[in-house]
Amino acid sequence: MAGQSNTRAGMVESRGLGHWLTHLGLIIGLLFVFFPIWLAFVASTVTQPEIVKPPMPLLPGDQFFENYRKALVAGVNAPVALMMLNSLIMAMGIAIGKIAISLISAFAIVYFRFPGRRLFFWLIFLTLMLPVEVRIVPTYEVVAGFGMLNSYSGLIFPLIASATATFLFRQFFMTVPDELAEAARVDGARPMRFFWDILLPMSRTNIAALFVILFIYGWNQYLWPLLITTDPSMNTIVMGIKQMFPSGDDIADWPVIMATSILAMIPPVIVVISMQRLFIRGLVDSEK
Amino acid sequence: MEKRVTFKGIWLPLLLVLPQIVITAVFFFYPAGQAIWQSLFIPDPFGLSMRFVGLGNFEYLLGNPYYRASFVTTAVFSTLVTVVSMGVALYLAVLADRLIKGSGVYRTLLIWPYAVAPAVAGVLWLFMFNTRVGVVTWYLGLLGYDWNHVLNGDEAMGLVVVASSWGRISYNFLFFLAGLQAIPKSVIEAAAIDGARFWTRFRTIVFPLLSPTTFFLLVVNIVYAFFETFGVIHTITAGGPQQATTILVYKVYSDGFVGQDLGSSAAQSVILLFIVGLLTIVQFKFIERRVHY
Amino acid sequence: MATVSLSGIKKSFGKTDVIHGIDMDIKEGELIVIVGPSGCGKSTLLRMVAGLETITSGEVSIDGNRVNDLEPMNRDIAMVFQNYALYPHMSVFDNMAYGLKIAGRPKGEIADRVGAAAKLLQLEPYLKRRPRELSGGQRQRVAMGRAIVRRPAVFLFDEPLSNLDAKLRVQMRLEIKQLQRRLGVTSLYVTHDQVEAMTLADRMIVMNGGVAEQIGAPLEVYANPASEFVAGFIGSPPTNFMQAELAGVPPASAVTLGVRPEHLAITTDTHKVRGAVLYTEALGAETLVHVKLADGTLVTVRQNATEKLPQEGEDVALTWGKADEMHFDASGKRI
Repeated sequence: MAGQSNTRAGMVESRGLGHWLTHLGLIIGLLFVFFPIWLAFVASTVTQPEIVKPPMPLLPGDQFFENYRKALVAGVNAPVALMMLNSLIMAMGIAIGKIAISLISAFAIVYFRFPGRRLFFWLIFLTLMLPVEVRIVPTYEVVAGFGMLNSYSGLIFPLIASATATFLFRQFFMTVPDELAEAARVDGARPMRFFWDILLPMSRTNIAALFVILFIYGWNQYLWPLLITTDPSMNTIVMGIKQMFPSGDDIADWPVIMATSILAMIPPVIVVISMQRLFIRGLVDSEK
Repeated sequence: MEKRVTFKGIWLPLLLVLPQIVITAVFFFYPAGQAIWQSLFIPDPFGLSMRFVGLGNFEYLLGNPYYRASFVTTAVFSTLVTVVSMGVALYLAVLADRLIKGSGVYRTLLIWPYAVAPAVAGVLWLFMFNTRVGVVTWYLGLLGYDWNHVLNGDEAMGLVVVASSWGRISYNFLFFLAGLQAIPKSVIEAAAIDGARFWTRFRTIVFPLLSPTTFFLLVVNIVYAFFETFGVIHTITAGGPQQATTILVYKVYSDGFVGQDLGSSAAQSVILLFIVGLLTIVQFKFIERRVHY
Repeated sequence: MATVSLSGIKKSFGKTDVIHGIDMDIKEGELIVIVGPSGCGKSTLLRMVAGLETITSGEVSIDGNRVNDLEPMNRDIAMVFQNYALYPHMSVFDNMAYGLKIAGRPKGEIADRVGAAAKLLQLEPYLKRRPRELSGGQRQRVAMGRAIVRRPAVFLFDEPLSNLDAKLRVQMRLEIKQLQRRLGVTSLYVTHDQVEAMTLADRMIVMNGGVAEQIGAPLEVYANPASEFVAGFIGSPPTNFMQAELAGVPPASAVTLGVRPEHLAITTDTHKVRGAVLYTEALGAETLVHVKLADGTLVTVRQNATEKLPQEGEDVALTWGKADEMHFDASGKRI
């Protein structure tokens, strides 16, 4: 049997019946995980009448192109393609913006001694504690005060105002051997040169892992865009889905809504799957 | 922990931290300060002036049956989400860890829900349990069960719990799997030689060695259930029916933005802030201990 | 090539003084080894010369120019670090070329100089590899190559061999010595290993507790230690220390008597002291005999393998020549 030919298997690996039960157990888990997604996909490929007259079919229909075209081009309140673009700008803005400001400030607190450094460090620590959900009302007022409602900067800045990434980069920089900075100094590198030539390339994996996490964080934001984007053309896709449900007793346009849901999960799923190894390492390392 | 090497200069580092300082000051510390400040006032009915009430908002909140109910709802909700998502994830991780080949495939597939936004997860589950068109609702109806989470608070709670836990399985699975794979195989083999069967091995060896991971996930999942499930609740139940699924974060939103009661909303924010602070301290204390583990 | 002069060098971290004033003039092309136990301040001294630590007081000059306030890169020095400090994401070539690139040298010149250094160090086949794909000895060579390509006035070595295994250490020690001779670059070399110090140094500084106990050529320091510490630190096995009265006629202020193991002899004639053999170690060409004296002092006798080996537990008489006696006062100073 295949399982037993594996030399590492030893006595702890399940074999025979147990082996297949293990797979069976995992497959049941997969069904639980994928059934909602599958159903959404099926709903996005059939017609509205097929859905509203239960039970809806469990296999895909032939309306795939029609439904997705309708969603992307027309949507309900705004074309989904536009909402996806908004989401992309927001997610990229958050990921790149946060990584950029965090890298340089972590560099400063680790490699310099300057007045206020300790205070700064503790302020950073404080921000680790407070998710945006807790301070939404006053943050909303600040953003409104700056006239940043319905703008990309309004979507992005409040969500990069925390120091989690700074903290992670600081932790990483602390593990970089002192001698590397000394060798660079002896080689004649000034601080920013050292940062670009040595520190940044050495942080590549950390940056990539963090990018995945932040991209998904940004893409999946819900409450914040819900508050500050009143103009449908500024809606992000994740919050836009809910806006597609009609108020009152009207019947929702399920095929379009489900097509939008599928579209909303494709970019983050691609990012996670394609950068799986980095992402898992980043996640498990960073949160420990 | 300090670096031995440092570069000289004062202006350069200050310039480097400036963007972060400005952004956190404007979008973090100022609003957080405002939340604390506003929690001490109530606006007059026309919203023209604020009246200082000290801790009045807090007194009112703690005496308010709706707020107390929301506390209970949050406790029930986060306990259920934590138990369900961690339980399912642990079960799957233990199975995947038993496989030598192929666990990678399952891992790749099980990561999916991590990428799905809570709000989208909410829509997916809402669709399955929709009272009119939901597939699951329809099959439940065939079995003679009349599912209606729009009217039944317990069913609504069940649905948001399942949808929230579903989105969290990936995260917990990854950590449990990493934790399981970090357990030296020799320890488990030694137990197997001692004659311990799978279940005994799991109970007496694997689970205790996994306890740091479990404890870490416990804290992180509670934080998740408290704050990041807003999207699920907003899409599925909007806090209803009769506030049966109004968790604390949802109440901050509904009182602040829907009800326009700024003082109360701010006071609720401060209470939440206090809870997160507590959880964070627990987490850091624990991490410190983990270093010496 | 340059001279280096240290005058009145002191270092304090806050209120703690770690280096108490060191003076030394280093000639062109000299290889100076700074040796001492860990925590004696030897690395700190080297790092002050490098410009990686500030100088609390005193002056460091290279070729007659005061360099106290110059950045490391402007001091015309190169340094080899204990853990090599190679840039992990750069190839061997880029590691060696980095300093020249920063200095803005033309590409052709960089390639030539790195090529020459690689040839000298037999690193040519590895130029495209990353540091993690190299063995310990090869990494060590890359670190030296990085120093060489800059053609500095002074080489600084900070325990460069301590991460290598014993056999490789001996080999690399020889290579460093030959390389230094060949290039003729003034060098400062820090180590805690007295054998390394003895074999490499033109002159050595023996440091203890932030003080230079003695500066001199290796054999001179060995033959004529300036203090009880130096006598005990340089030489293996270390000098035997006994009570001063055991010397025939010690100087009035002497408290301790020191005799090197090779100067002690087991005798049947007139002897100076008696003791019991604890155990013996036959090393092949020579044998170490460990003896416990009547007052409890432990001493070691080093004798040729051809001489008669006493039994363990045997009572033996020991003697030594008057000229081999070293006398130290209460503060450990040589009299």
